Amino acid sequence: MEVMFRSSGNVLITLLRGDIDHHTASALRHTIDQSMKEFGCSDLVMDFSGVGFMDSAGIGVVLGRYKKMVKSGGRICISGCSPHVARLLEMAGVFSLVQQADTQRQAELMLQSAPQMTGEV
Amino acid sequence: MNNRMKTVFSALAENEAFARSAAAAFVMPLDPTVEELTEIKTAVSEAVSNSVIHGYSGWEDRSQAMVELECEINGNGRVTIIVSDHGRGIANVEKAMQPLFSTVESEERSGMGFTVMESFMDKLQVKSEEGKGTAVTMTKYLDLVSAL
Repeated sequence: MEVMFRSSGNVLITLLRGDIDHHTASALRHTIDQSMKEFGCSDLVMDFSGVGFMDSAGIGVVLGRYKKMVKSGGRICISGCSPHVARLLEMAGVFSLVQQADTQRQAELMLQSAPQMTGEV
Repeated sequence: MNNRMKTVFSALAENEAFARSAAAAFVMPLDPTVEELTEIKTAVSEAVSNSVIHGYSGWEDRSQAMVELECEINGNGRVTIIVSDHGRGIANVEKAMQPLFSTVESEERSGMGFTVMESFMDKLQVKSEEGKGTAVTMTKYLDLVSAL
């Protein structure tokens, strides 16, 4: 499992590559959370186009990042889902919570054009 | 053609990839579609993850905590996979199988493992006894139209 990062304004774009299972998920969530801090980004794009295999551990990673974003007032968008990845996320109702785009570029634009939320009430 | 295999490995997270790859390689003679193969790999990954995470949770020596993967294929395209452990067992199987149910909230578990196994395979049977272990039996019927 390998993750590549790119930041654009407040958006951190993560390109996921390889297999996501219970074994790789803990390193993956740690790397993403750490990079959000290091890049100083509030919003997150998770691009799955390089993911060859995923099981329900991937659902946990997406829902976990979503919960963090809700707390911090950030937004999350996922892109590049294969039919298999989409089917798994759909099963857990992820798409009723998290926005989806076809490509990472579209996801990035989607987050940049939407009004910014603040963490305060 | 009836064919069986059995492999036993330590309950370590890195063996999840080994188990699903072994199962996938074993069913190849049946010429599964890419989708069928992905479904089998995912179901095996879920079952083995359950043994690693829950079955042997808190186990002292993981290298001695063993998970068993058994596969059987027959000429009619039937694939039977049994994943078993000698770990803690499940107190309430019915409850454990409900979507989104998880005993470890804090670690970002989706609680979707059994739901995934159920929807990706044709039959799922879970036998468990507290203190003795768990055996998950999954059956899938492959479409043999393209295999000669």
